[in-house]
Amino acid sequence: MKKYSVSVNEIHCKACGICIGLCPKEVFGEDYLGKAVVQDTDKCTGCKICELHCPDYCIEVGEVS
Amino acid sequence: MDRIYEKYFRTDRLPHIWCPGCGNGIVLSAFARAMEELGVDQDQTVVVSGIGCSSRATTYVDFNTLHTTHGRALAFATGVKLAEPRLNVFVFMGDGDSTAIGGNHLIHACRRNIDITAIIINNNIYGMTGGQYSPLTPTGKKATTAPYGMIERNFDLCELVKGAGATFVARGTTYHAKQLTDMIVAGAKNKGFSVIEAVSQCPVSFGRRNKMRSPLEMIQWLKENTINVKAAAKLKPEDIKGKILIGELYNTEAPEYTAEYDRLIARVQGGGK
Repeated sequence: MKKYSVSVNEIHCKACGICIGLCPKEVFGEDYLGKAVVQDTDKCTGCKICELHCPDYCIEVGEVS
Repeated sequence: MDRIYEKYFRTDRLPHIWCPGCGNGIVLSAFARAMEELGVDQDQTVVVSGIGCSSRATTYVDFNTLHTTHGRALAFATGVKLAEPRLNVFVFMGDGDSTAIGGNHLIHACRRNIDITAIIINNNIYGMTGGQYSPLTPTGKKATTAPYGMIERNFDLCELVKGAGATFVARGTTYHAKQLTDMIVAGAKNKGFSVIEAVSQCPVSFGRRNKMRSPLEMIQWLKENTINVKAAAKLKPEDIKGKILIGELYNTEAPEYTAEYDRLIARVQGGGK
């Protein structure tokens, strides 16, 4: 099974919660400000729904070779 | 930040001024992916916008950009395209900008069928000025100037531009971001006036007054209340009542304005040869 890396730019994140809510695998959690933090990268299936829907271009999903 | 954003955005201008969860950012990233797919030359591409939240888009994308007066983005874009027909011209407008203040410019650009791709971000409200209702605020929804609910009927933007003569009409949403990219690509390839309505969420000015406080609730509402036009064709009219039809709604061919203008110059200067 392919592995993916997920990163969040916490400086640009505005804590809208879209990625946390849309992710089908619950990869994201939230910090005390409501900003997205990557909790469990192993669950990521690489669908990129978070990357496509992030209004602030904070999320990057990459394939780990 | 991945390569596409670094290539097409003025990264020193980010983060943008849009509110948390605003759909404009999603539409703009769909636009950047469409540009990557089209492989456009950034120096040969002009992005024009008017005034409003959505029109801030030209600040953030790294093309030749023109931030113009309220509602007049299409008038400026028409001038750009007519002066240099080789340029790719894209226009960003909001719902109020395009249908109220710039309503006449919109219908006449459609009528001329000039080769411009207009991306109209429809968030159902005037977000920047504090949530006044726009011609696209759905009947019954609340706004600061309609605190008891909107009693007017709203425009169906896609039907409006189709009736006015646009040759490519599509509607997408911020939830369907991938499809939105495909629509922008198809619209750009159309030789004529293309309109892509991007139904978007405004959680701060619209959602807050209409029981959809969070951006996630709004984006899920878009997911649940939209239906693809191809799927809708197989359903009964009562099943699609109240749903937003998305997809490529109309595509036809008609004489394009700059080509006709060149032909006119050749004919007149040719002295009736």
